Amino acid sequence: MLQGILDVFQFEFMRNALAAGLLVSVACGIIGSYVVVNRIVFISGGIAHSAYGGIGIGYYFGFNPVIGAILFSLASAFSMGFVQRKTRLRTDTIIGVMWAVGMAIGIVFIDKTAGYKVDLMSYLFGSILTVPAGTLWLMLLLDAIILALVAAFYKELLAMSFDETFARIRNVPVDALYYMLLGMIAVTVVMLMRVVGLILVIALLTIPAAISNQWVKNLKSMMVLASFLGMLFTTLGLFLSYWLNLTSGATIILVSGTVYILSALLHYLITSRHPRQTVPA
Amino acid sequence: MNGKGLITDRTEVIRIEHLWAGYDHDPVIEDINFIVNQGDFIGLIGPNGGGKSTLLKVILGIVPPLRGQITILGKSVKEARQQIGYMPQSVEYDLDFPVKVWDVVRMGRVGKRGLLRPYTRQDDEIVEEAIHQVDMDDLCHKSISDLSGGQRQRVYIARALAARPDILLLDEPTASVDVQVSQSIYELLAKLNEQMTIILISHDMTAISTHVKSIGCINRRLIYHGEKQVTPDMLEAAYQCPVDLIAHGLPHRVYRYHADEEV
Repeated sequence: MLQGILDVFQFEFMRNALAAGLLVSVACGIIGSYVVVNRIVFISGGIAHSAYGGIGIGYYFGFNPVIGAILFSLASAFSMGFVQRKTRLRTDTIIGVMWAVGMAIGIVFIDKTAGYKVDLMSYLFGSILTVPAGTLWLMLLLDAIILALVAAFYKELLAMSFDETFARIRNVPVDALYYMLLGMIAVTVVMLMRVVGLILVIALLTIPAAISNQWVKNLKSMMVLASFLGMLFTTLGLFLSYWLNLTSGATIILVSGTVYILSALLHYLITSRHPRQTVPA
Repeated sequence: MNGKGLITDRTEVIRIEHLWAGYDHDPVIEDINFIVNQGDFIGLIGPNGGGKSTLLKVILGIVPPLRGQITILGKSVKEARQQIGYMPQSVEYDLDFPVKVWDVVRMGRVGKRGLLRPYTRQDDEIVEEAIHQVDMDDLCHKSISDLSGGQRQRVYIARALAARPDILLLDEPTASVDVQVSQSIYELLAKLNEQMTIILISHDMTAISTHVKSIGCINRRLIYHGEKQVTPDMLEAAYQCPVDLIAHGLPHRVYRYHADEEV
């Protein structure tokens, strides 16, 4: 067993993959907690998928596809936010449209690109096993920026997430903060989807935060616990995928999903045996 | 009339003149004239969709007026709303939100500190005092999801108080609680009314009529005489809401000729 674990560490790609998993988990634990409490998982999914349009355009016109993806995901994030907040259109409809159209644009442009074809699957499920060392530093930088922004605006983000109307009348700039949050989601999703694939990004944004929300009653603790759970899931998933020779991204998601279901069951059993205690007023 | 000093030396805190407001240029409330004086405790009733919430949102600066003037404490809404404490309807909250009573009440301080400034010890003292005022000291480290409906209402009142407001606005403060809890909330509000002006809206006329100092009725237009009587023109304007009132009787109702009472 111990020898098996040591074996894994002798490969540089496994060491990098494990480090990438840890770094991704920090960003996803923090941003994911906001995504879950603000109920914008679907918006995050829309942002992630429409980013694929930017990747296709980047390949076609010969510029760095990551830049295309960031521009596309920011544009889609802000337009979804605008539709949700300032119009009476149905938000979920717009998200569905942008989700599908973004992906279709990406595929058509990649079809038309001569020569090297990127594999759609590698963007969906990523390739955490091929993360270069330089990218790890970029991810560390992303974590640092997210931590700094969230620390700086923590009290406003909390007030906005809990009760936006109340925060607004206390003159908190909720529109600016909300777009900042969407922007952080967009950049996080794009940076991380190169590394682990966009399905895994959505899984890591949602599942650790959702489990965490079942057990802790404070947003800060929720972020910390979600980050640790993400680390646990990526590490465990990577080892399992190595030993069982499975696709790494999908294995990590299945590990996370299994724990989510177990946690939800356990939480249900506990709360149904001891119903929420309410003291009479 | 009756020596209550209706026309008054009291300070005016809210002045609304010929106000029209609504959504997409479609007015929900029309030609509202409304003067609130310091120390008032006003209950606004009216049918659902009659514009109660819209009027509250105009006072809070969430819905801009289509026409007309509104000044609060002599200032514009955006400047003055820092001095307004607001308690929204509690149905709007997510009960699984990971937050404790103390943190919710402290949100009342959020606008008092600028961006990038942390809360101070003074904020903590004010939060503690607000929690004490609503009698929630023992529960201040509980998660909001562990509270009963009435306790949660108290927490939201405390959050409004933590802003140290001059005016308190409440949207259906007793919508989802039983009669006893509702009674205790009105007792709390009566005590708070010694220090601040209170306006609340409710569709439950019988509950508020025994507790407030004056009643207005809003159904597109506002009828408010600064008195506690429910007048025939209110009944006419809000034909839906007073049906209950007549059926069950109301201890304070005085129907009288009042053509000379128009303010």
